[in-house]
Amino acid sequence: MLELKNISYVVEDEKEIIKDVSLSISEGFIAITGPNGGGKSTLAKIIAGIIKPTSGQILFDGQDITDMSVTDRAKLGISYAFQTPVKFKGITVKDLLSLAAGKNTTVAESCNILSEVGLCARDYINREVNASLSGGELKRIEIAMIIARSTKLSIFDEPEAGIDLWSFNSLIKVFEKMHEKINGSILIISHQERILNIADQIIVISEGKVKQTGTKEEVWPDLMAEGTCSVLAQKVG
Amino acid sequence: MDTISKNLLAEIADIHEIPEGAYNIRANGKLQSRNTTANIDIVTKTDKPGIDIIIAPGTKNESVHIPVIISESGLTDLVYNDFFIGEGADVVIVAGCGIHNCGDQESGHDGIHTFHVGKNAKVKYIEKHYGEADGSGGNIMNPTTIVEMDEDSYLEMETTQIKGIDSTNRVTKGRLADRATFIVKEKIMTHGTQYASTDFDVQLDGVDSSTNVISRSVARGKSKQKFLAAISGNNKCAGHSECDAILMDDAIVTAIPQLTAANVDASLVHEAAIGKIAGEQLIKLMTLGLTEEEAEEEIVNGFLK
Ligand SMILES: Nc1ncnc2c1ncn2[C@@H]1O[C@H](COP(=O)(O)OP(=O)(O)O)[C@@H](O)[C@H]1O
Ligand SMILES: [Mg+2]
Repeated sequence: MLELKNISYVVEDEKEIIKDVSLSISEGFIAITGPNGGGKSTLAKIIAGIIKPTSGQILFDGQDITDMSVTDRAKLGISYAFQTPVKFKGITVKDLLSLAAGKNTTVAESCNILSEVGLCARDYINREVNASLSGGELKRIEIAMIIARSTKLSIFDEPEAGIDLWSFNSLIKVFEKMHEKINGSILIISHQERILNIADQIIVISEGKVKQTGTKEEVWPDLMAEGTCSVLAQKVG
Repeated sequence: MDTISKNLLAEIADIHEIPEGAYNIRANGKLQSRNTTANIDIVTKTDKPGIDIIIAPGTKNESVHIPVIISESGLTDLVYNDFFIGEGADVVIVAGCGIHNCGDQESGHDGIHTFHVGKNAKVKYIEKHYGEADGSGGNIMNPTTIVEMDEDSYLEMETTQIKGIDSTNRVTKGRLADRATFIVKEKIMTHGTQYASTDFDVQLDGVDSSTNVISRSVARGKSKQKFLAAISGNNKCAGHSECDAILMDDAIVTAIPQLTAANVDASLVHEAAIGKIAGEQLIKLMTLGLTEEEAEEEIVNGFLK
């Protein structure tokens, strides 16, 4: 489905943020984990086309998308829920859901999507997506947009941030339901064991490189033993 | 009424048929039609062009529409409209000017609107300026609004000018008595070589009087905008002004705050933010499948909504 071949990303001062990453992502749940600053978000932005890699190639369903714009990749079926949601002025939740769905979503449709992410639709549908919303609310609206799009590849960047324990189960349900519907890949960047638990494949990114990839059983012991991610250990402990 | 006039009316006053309640429609410098109600009288001035709109004390849930439309090229119209809003009234006033200039001469409308807002009265004043041109003539509008507010009165002014007006110089002056509140929400979009200047001067004379002047604007092309907000706190009062502008292409926006506090309990604040569309907003919408141009359009429309 998605293939990264020798992707590198170098910024000024020759700092290499992504170092020769090659990955093959199949259908199903894929979790990306690893320490903060390891390059996870950078990799997600490279897949979405927001960042152009310095070298390497990206294939999506066999098609070379390396030089394709953000818009064209979105149209091909790549969605990306940002780690830090963007705020607007005057644009409402319903506006964003309509843009995401590529059509004027009805109130009923918007309500269904919002309740999936645990927001009471009536209170939110006409709210502006601005700083008056809390971090957790913005994060859920970010996820709702990806649901509205329902594309073949959906990337979620730390979706659990700002989401409380109750909605955590619902979040996993969102992913499971989406998986049923799209029959594609759901790529989740996360530190949460419960998300790693549902993954068919876990990729550990550290210092810009793929440190390990495998099933939970294969990856977990090493993650714990090496304490690669203290955040992870804390949350589990 | 012809189609051009009907379109102009729909644009500026959301009027599709004859409005409900009191109205006065002025077309090409002449009275076109008028309706008064038991509580709202409209009288033609005898000393100068214009009308007096007299709203009886205690009038509730009524509206007045006073649109002006110009569809003849080369016509410059000047009117004086005086509103007398009785004590305790609660009304909506919709004014607006639409110009359709199909010729190559300048057309213009200079309206001077004066509001005398009685004690405890509550007014929502909606004003929309709109221009169309098929020819090369310019559309010019210079609206002046003067607001005199008695004790405990409230006036909210919503003013919109989206494209079409080549040159505008808006002057708004307010004088507030005790506990009066004056809110202004201005929306402006200029393009091409248009020029828009808005000039607010609010005198907070009364104790606990307050004002909030908010301007949102988009400047595109080679257009220029100037926003001047002068607020004087002459008593224990609260004043806030805000200019939030999106700058595109080669446009120029100037924001000038002018706060004068003449009382230690006057609390006056000005905020101004001028800048291009945030890159992350464009990128977010592009990840939803919009092109950069479509994303820009959505952001601008939302901002001015
Ligand atoms: N444009 C840039 N210039 C310099 N450093 C950058 C740039 N973008 C990201 N980085 C750095 O690259 C590293 C990886 O960042 P990021 O991908 O956000 O990590 P993660 O999502 O795994 O926490 C961090 O050290 C970050 O500071
Ligand atoms: Mg990150």
